[in-house]
Amino acid sequence: MVAAAAVILALAAGAPALSAYQLDLLTQMLTYAIFAMSLDILLGYTGLPSLGHAAYFGLAAYATAIISLRLSVPFALAAPAGVAASVIAAALFNLLALRTSRGYYLMITLALSQLLWSLAVSWTELTGGDNGLPGLERPGAIASAAGFFYVTLTVFIVSTLALSVLVRSPVGYALKGVRENEGRMRALGYDVWKYKYFASLVAALFAAIAGELFLYLNGFVSPSALSVTVSAQVLMMVLVGAAGTLFGPILGAVMFVLLQYVVSSYTQRWLFVIGFIYVIIALYAPQGVLAFLAERLRRRTRRAA
Amino acid sequence: MNPLVIRNLSCSFGGVRALDNVSLQLEPGERRAIIGTNGAGKTTLFNVINGQLAPSSGKIWILGEDATYAPIHRRAALGLGRTFQITSLFPRLSVLDNMLVAVAALTRFHFVFWRPVAAHAEIIARACETLARWNLWDLRDQLVGNLSYGMQRQLEIVLALAGSPKLLLLDEPMAGLSAAETHLASDIILQLERSVTVLLIEHDLAASFRIADRVTAMAEGRVVAEGTPDEIRTDATLRRIYKGAPAASGGAVRG
Repeated sequence: MVAAAAVILALAAGAPALSAYQLDLLTQMLTYAIFAMSLDILLGYTGLPSLGHAAYFGLAAYATAIISLRLSVPFALAAPAGVAASVIAAALFNLLALRTSRGYYLMITLALSQLLWSLAVSWTELTGGDNGLPGLERPGAIASAAGFFYVTLTVFIVSTLALSVLVRSPVGYALKGVRENEGRMRALGYDVWKYKYFASLVAALFAAIAGELFLYLNGFVSPSALSVTVSAQVLMMVLVGAAGTLFGPILGAVMFVLLQYVVSSYTQRWLFVIGFIYVIIALYAPQGVLAFLAERLRRRTRRAA
Repeated sequence: MNPLVIRNLSCSFGGVRALDNVSLQLEPGERRAIIGTNGAGKTTLFNVINGQLAPSSGKIWILGEDATYAPIHRRAALGLGRTFQITSLFPRLSVLDNMLVAVAALTRFHFVFWRPVAAHAEIIARACETLARWNLWDLRDQLVGNLSYGMQRQLEIVLALAGSPKLLLLDEPMAGLSAAETHLASDIILQLERSVTVLLIEHDLAASFRIADRVTAMAEGRVVAEGTPDEIRTDATLRRIYKGAPAASGGAVRG
């Protein structure tokens, strides 16, 4: 907790000294961290694996881009409207998707995201097709890289605090119970469906918030924001960091952006290299890097004692 | 009011009648054991009472309410608790966290997501009291998956008590336990207040007879005998079912 506060303070204080590019990288890390935490509410806490989480991320970005560019709606309205669009989509979609068992949840979430992706590609008049929707500008106050970084940092802190209260609340405990043993949860008196539905809405909400940050960071959105690649990447961030914790996905997101930045400066085939690193992690730290480090630390202290 | 009333309950799977016109009535505070060989319909009966299976015909009243088609969680809210034959806990949570989940279920805080569990003194106190009462306090920080089988079986019962059920279904609580562990588990059941009515399935006849006030014997989906443990011990029908197994001497019968 103290360490986290120290890191955040250091980030906030050090930001003016960084270049716009470095600030954008940090902003990207924080954005993906929110995105990864949102997926972890589903995957790590509730035990619902989604391979289509980009749907809520990309839909929020598209909805905001469309209404602000096509209808000239101001920023203050367009961003919340995009988030609302994603949450409403999740509310409708999960009425259907949560009827399936866990393995099928993976497939049906993939199907939804692919549906939205193909809409984004083919409905050219609305979405700009493959070219996406460029030309979105941030309002004056947050137009600078530093200004937007502070906005993102604030959103990140608020999101993390909100989620950390959630996972410690009675509902958070119930989600873990659902992950561990649905049958027992029912016998104890929990309406399991209600908790899964709630988790799916929370996950969509924070994925959408991340989608908005992503949209305003880049100033444009294209079908790749809805792609299965993005869904798989965020899934990897969660698994690599450590599912079922909030810090794990943050670590996963930071590692992902760093790796992408370092590796892509050497080779065009950066996805291949990152894939290879993930295979190594899956083989030697299947519970995630965070759990791996914690285990190492425990062993060392035991040996010392 | 009878905590559990079952009238003419039948349940078929395809052509098989797993339950055939079963009627059963428990008095408040009663300890009732259901005995019978494998395939007699004991577990099906439990699953219908619990709500995992819908009956083909017949009716069930739980604590005075018609619960024939009520969902599982609704029955728990009426005051029905149950344990499982195959240990059914939250293995990657600590013993205390298992209790917290179990306790929070039937409180009005069960859908609070804006305050940590730790801020709900009521939930914490009840979980700690329950653990202390059943001698599980020292294990509170252990992951449930790391507990011994005997301990898990005890927690299986204690978890069902967290919500203060009025009617408790115990599905083979002694299954797979050593003699010493069987005593620990049956002691828990014997120490329960009489405000709790208990319905028990158990293969260990000695333990069943020790715990139960009345015993219901089932065979092929039907109730074939009902009476006090002494009556059942000497029942001719039952001897025929167990085909000379030493029911009278109270030995364990495995079907």
